[in-house]
Amino acid sequence: MSKRVGLEASFAAAEAARMADVDVIAAYPITPQTHIPERLAEMVADGELNAAYIPVESEHSALSACLGAAAVGARTFTATAGQGLELMHEVVYVASSMRYPIVMTICNRALSAPLSVWGDHSDAMAVRDAGWIQVFCQNNQDAFDMTLWAFRVGEDPRVLFPVMVHFDGFHLSHVTEPVILPEQKEVDRFLPRFQYPFALTPDKPMTHGAFGPPDIYSEAKIAQEVAFRKSKDVIIQGFKEFGDIFGRYYHPVEPYRTEGAKVLLLTMGSFSETAKIAIDTKKNKGESVGLINLRLWRPFPFEELCQAVKDAETLIVFDRCISFGGPGGPVSSEIRSALYNEKERPRVVSFIGGLGGRDMAVKDFEYVIDQGREIVEKGSEELFETVGIRGEVTGIRG
Amino acid sequence: MDGKFIKFGKNLVTTDEFVAEGHSFCVGCGEALALRLACKALGKDVIIANATGCIEICTSPLPVTSWRVPWIHTLFENTGAEISGIEAGLKILMKKGKMPERDIKCVAVAGDGGTSDIGMQALSGAFERKHDFLYLCFDNEAYMNTGIQRSSATPYGASTTTAPAGKLSIGQTTWKKNMAEIAVAHDIPYVATACPSYPFDLINKVKKGGEVKGPAYVHIFSPCPTGWRYPTDLAIEIGRLAVETGIFPLYEVENGRYKLNIDRPKLRPVEEYLKPQGRFRHLLDGEIAKIQEHVNEEYAKLKAKVACFAA
Repeated sequence: MSKRVGLEASFAAAEAARMADVDVIAAYPITPQTHIPERLAEMVADGELNAAYIPVESEHSALSACLGAAAVGARTFTATAGQGLELMHEVVYVASSMRYPIVMTICNRALSAPLSVWGDHSDAMAVRDAGWIQVFCQNNQDAFDMTLWAFRVGEDPRVLFPVMVHFDGFHLSHVTEPVILPEQKEVDRFLPRFQYPFALTPDKPMTHGAFGPPDIYSEAKIAQEVAFRKSKDVIIQGFKEFGDIFGRYYHPVEPYRTEGAKVLLLTMGSFSETAKIAIDTKKNKGESVGLINLRLWRPFPFEELCQAVKDAETLIVFDRCISFGGPGGPVSSEIRSALYNEKERPRVVSFIGGLGGRDMAVKDFEYVIDQGREIVEKGSEELFETVGIRGEVTGIRG
Repeated sequence: MDGKFIKFGKNLVTTDEFVAEGHSFCVGCGEALALRLACKALGKDVIIANATGCIEICTSPLPVTSWRVPWIHTLFENTGAEISGIEAGLKILMKKGKMPERDIKCVAVAGDGGTSDIGMQALSGAFERKHDFLYLCFDNEAYMNTGIQRSSATPYGASTTTAPAGKLSIGQTTWKKNMAEIAVAHDIPYVATACPSYPFDLINKVKKGGEVKGPAYVHIFSPCPTGWRYPTDLAIEIGRLAVETGIFPLYEVENGRYKLNIDRPKLRPVEEYLKPQGRFRHLLDGEIAKIQEHVNEEYAKLKAKVACFAA
C-alpha cells in the first residue's frame, strides 16, 4: 500500500532518491538545498540506503564526482541551488555533452549580488541552454514524482541525458505538505536497474571525453542537439508510464481551466498553485481567464505550448528572473519566439516579479491578470512590466 | 614495504604499450616518456582520469585515441573530484553486487597547473576524504600546452611568457611551490617524487603508489625541451642534473617516514643544471648564487626529515 505522509519537498526528493536505490551521492551544502544531502547522509548512516555519500569540498567537485561515478555506471544523484549551480556551470555542460544521466535537484535560489538565499529562477535560467532535461515542480508531490521520473527518463538508452528537477527554494524545499509515497515494488516496476552502455571498464577500454578539433566539433554538437530534441518522445512516454503505475499523469504543458479563456496566465514552479487560486477567484466573477503551468522547460515543448494557447487573445507570462538588457523575462522571450511563426497566436505580455524570495500572493496574480489585460487593450511599449516592486519603474523599452 | 617490490630489470619491464604511437607530443618530451613508463607500471587494470593539459591534448583528438586503457577527460581543475567519483562508484557497485569484485586502480593524471594551481582544491578534498587512488602530477613547470605561461610550479628565475625576463624582471620572482610537501601535509600513506631519467625508480614508485590502500601522490619531474629551451636530445640529462644538483631530489614518504632514494655525497653546482636551458640564460651570477643558497637550504631541510626516521 502506498502511504500519505507529511514531507517537505527536500525530504520528498531525498525519499525518491532512496527508493530509486541510488549508488552515489556527491553533494555540497548550500541554503536552501541542505535538507536533501542531510537526509541522504542520514539514510546512508542508518543503513536505510546502500550508497556512497561523497561529502565533497565544493559544488564544482560535487558534479565532477558525479561525472566520474556515472562514467563507471553508477546511478548518481546530487542537489544544489543558486550560487552552487553557478559554480558548477562548466561541469553542467560536460555532464550533458558526455551523456551521463545524472539526476540533480535544484532548490531554486536567487543569484548574488546582493547575496540572497531566497527563491527565484535566476539559477535555472543561467543553465537553460546547457543540454539538461529540465522540469519545474508545483508542489511536494511533484518533487517526489519528478525525481523518480527523472531517473527513468534520463537513463533510457534512447535518451542518456542528465535531468534537473527544479523546485522553489523555501516555498517548497522547507514547507511540509502531504505526499503520497508508493510501495518499493511499484517503484521497481517503473524504474529498471541502470545499465549504462558505455561504462568505463578495463575489459573494454574506452576513451571518454576526447577533444573536438574544428573538423568534428560541429558534428558532435549537432548530433547532441538532435538526440536531445528526440528525447521529448521518451519524456512524454515516461509521464504516461508514471501515470499508469502511480495514477498521477503529468504533461509538458499543463492547462488549468483554460477552456474558451481569452486571457491566459503562464507560470512555472510553486507559483502555479497560487495562480490557480487567482484563476478560480476570477472565474467565479465570470472572467474569461485560465492558467498554463509550464512543467517541461527543456527540451522546450513547442507544439504543446502553441496548441495550448492558440485560441487565447492574451498570454501573460510571469518570470522570476531578469535577463539584463534583454527582451523581457527569459521565459516570456522564449514564448514570444516560439509563437512568432504561428498564424493564430495571442498577444504576449511579460511580467517579472517574485525575485529573491519576494512573495506573490493570490491578489498579486489577480493584479497581474488585470494589468496584462489592460496593457493589451491600451497597447504598451514596455518590454516587460514589474509587479510588487516599490517605487516607479520606468525606461524599460526596447 | 621495501622488499615487496622487486627491482625492474630491463627484461622485466613489460613490452606492452598502453599509450599508443601516433600521439602528438613534442620531439624529446620528458613527460611523454614518463607517462609511458608510468602506464607500464600500472598495467591494464586501471581507469585513468586525465585533467586538461599536454597529455590530454596530445593523446585524444576525436575521433582517434592513444589510450589502450579506460580513460576519461572532462575538465581542467576537477580531476581530484572526478577520480573520487570513479573510486566511490566502483566500490559501491561491487559492494552492491552490481559489478564483480576485482582490483581496478583509480589513477588521476594532471600537469603542474592542473595540480598545484587550478586543481588543488579538488585534489585536497580527495586526499582529505581518503579515497583509494593514485595521483600522478607530470610537472613541466609551466602551462606548456597553452604556450609556456608561468604556474606556481615554475622555478625562481625562469623566463616564461607571462613572467618574462626583462629590463626590470628576472622572470619568475617566487620559489617553486612544493606540491609533494603539500601532499604529505594531508597525511596520506604514500608520497614520492620521480623523474623519467631514473626509469626503474619511477616505475617502482608508480607501482607502489597504485598498490597502496588510500591516496597516493607521485610528483614526476618532466623536462620540456619546448618550454625550457634546451636541445631535444637532452631530456634525460636535464632530468639527471635536476636530481644531482639537488634541485629536484628523489624521495619517498611512506606513512610520514621520509627516505631519499638518490643521495649523492656531494651535490653538483646548480649552474650545471641552469646553463643548458634557455629559460635561465639571462640569470647573472648573483641570482645563480641565490638559487644555490636556496637549494642548499631546502636540501638540508629534506635531509633533516630523512634523518628523523633513520634511527
